[in-house]
Amino acid sequence: MKRVLNYAGLAFVAVFCLAPFYWMVVSAFRRPQDQFDSSPWPAPWSTENLRAVFDPDNMFGRALANSLLVAGVTTALTLLVAVFTAYTLARLDFRFKNAVLGVIVATSMFPGISQVVPLLKLFIDIDWINTYQAMIVPSLGFALPLAVWNLTVFFRQLPFELEQAAMTDGCTRGEAFRKIIIPLAAPGVFTTAILVFFMAWNEFIIAFSMVNEKSMQTATVAIAKFTGMRGFDQPFGTQMAAAVVVTVPLVIVVLVFQRRIVVGLTAGGVK
Amino acid sequence: MATPTTTETATAVPGPGAKARGQGARSSRRFALLLLSPTFLVLALIVGYPVLAGIRQSLYNKDEVLVDGFVTEGERFVGLDNYTALFRGERGDAFWNAFFNTSFFTATAVVLETVIGVCLALIMHQALRGRGLVRASVLVPWAVPTAMSGLLWRWIFQPDGVANTLLHQEILWTADGWQSKVAVIIAEVWKTSPFIGLLALAGLQMIPQDVYEAARVDGASAWQQFRRITLPLIKPALAVAVLFRLLDTLRMFDLPFVLIGANKESVETLSMLAWSEAGNLRYGVATAYATLLFVYIALIAYAFIKLAGADVIGEARVRKTTGKKGAKA
Repeated sequence: MKRVLNYAGLAFVAVFCLAPFYWMVVSAFRRPQDQFDSSPWPAPWSTENLRAVFDPDNMFGRALANSLLVAGVTTALTLLVAVFTAYTLARLDFRFKNAVLGVIVATSMFPGISQVVPLLKLFIDIDWINTYQAMIVPSLGFALPLAVWNLTVFFRQLPFELEQAAMTDGCTRGEAFRKIIIPLAAPGVFTTAILVFFMAWNEFIIAFSMVNEKSMQTATVAIAKFTGMRGFDQPFGTQMAAAVVVTVPLVIVVLVFQRRIVVGLTAGGVK
Repeated sequence: MATPTTTETATAVPGPGAKARGQGARSSRRFALLLLSPTFLVLALIVGYPVLAGIRQSLYNKDEVLVDGFVTEGERFVGLDNYTALFRGERGDAFWNAFFNTSFFTATAVVLETVIGVCLALIMHQALRGRGLVRASVLVPWAVPTAMSGLLWRWIFQPDGVANTLLHQEILWTADGWQSKVAVIIAEVWKTSPFIGLLALAGLQMIPQDVYEAARVDGASAWQQFRRITLPLIKPALAVAVLFRLLDTLRMFDLPFVLIGANKESVETLSMLAWSEAGNLRYGVATAYATLLFVYIALIAYAFIKLAGADVIGEARVRKTTGKKGAKA
């Protein structure tokens, strides 16, 4: 009896989480004329929506490339900066260490909008509107607190002795860092990279505010702005198909690296 | 990385004299400062500057000024006028409406997310087989970009969409009105309660099983076990998760923006209000809204940390004492 209840519970969790996502996939594969069908299965299957997504008018390929570039560069820069900071916070001893970490974590508390408006004005002044850096630099600021916090937790878990032994053997702190800490911390860095990439890939408000040229839009913004054939029609079929294109790679990453992502998400929260 | 050499080794391997140690500490501090500076530079530029510039901007207003007989656009210092104007007249209505929406969404969504999240965690904790699979499916809503989930739910909530089909109703969910609020909350809860569930699950897994055995021996019912053991023990993990959700929901933007649309009274949040003012180039007013929102968030965060005793950087404090020992050993 308990077993049955358990499985029922699990089924409930899975349905709760997956049903809306399933609907997105199913809607993407309906024929446009069957769009408002509510059968649980597309009959017949069609890739017409998918082909419409990559219609040259939508410039969706370009948008995907933009997203990849913005999220990729943001992730690389964030990690580069965060690794040194996290190492310092986890490994070196100095006064105000906790205050420093506190301040960094607290910056993630600021509402995005209080950054967007002044930055928008600044970027207009320095002619950064419709540039990649106008999307990358603010994202860097948003992602950095998360990355620093996560990496600090990872660095703290590494044994101190190895690094000290290396230094006793004549390594400088820099060498010990490069040869001992970085390889040991690689899994943590990788996990943080996934989380930061997700965050940057999902970013909307900055990309939406700083860019108005179609060729510079990121995928999330481009999809939200898709227009239908007729004025007020929202082309849901195309939008769902595009959302599938944007989301399915993420879902695959989630499935493959499930364990790492859970570790990363819970690293700061539970200890 | 190559700059600190000899003195650095001195900190790791304690020198013979106190003098050497003092020197080492100083250079270590310089080294730490050097390593921390890029982060502070970025945060100062992307968080510090906008916030300060925003506060300054909120004291100015765009005006037409007469310079040498020509009308030019300029900015005029207006003190707190932008703020006082927010509370009056038509703009006051918009502000209080957005303020109410923001608070209402935050309160309802976070409570629902926490309750559902804990339920999800309890279910997942019970599972013996298929846990990995369920854990992966729990991550799916988290992986769907918020703007995409806004679209997805907009599609589900279409007048002839699947929600109405399943409910046998004809509700105009996305039109504006109370239904739109419900739609936003449902979408928000779907997206984020798995996140709380994961954090709560991690907390659950740290509870030793023998605590429950002892309770069972003493004849505690399942509900008593949950209230007296589970809940207090997962509270620290849960408190951090809820704090993050609170901060995040208070600044909600993309979900109602994509799901219902801009300038819809029923779902307009403070972030959306600030954004649409900025879109109309009224930067002074926009930044006044943003600043108020920021103050509101800070107040809520402070109150929550005080009330729930959420220990956000608590681990750092514990670690400090052991870390020192480790460094000196």
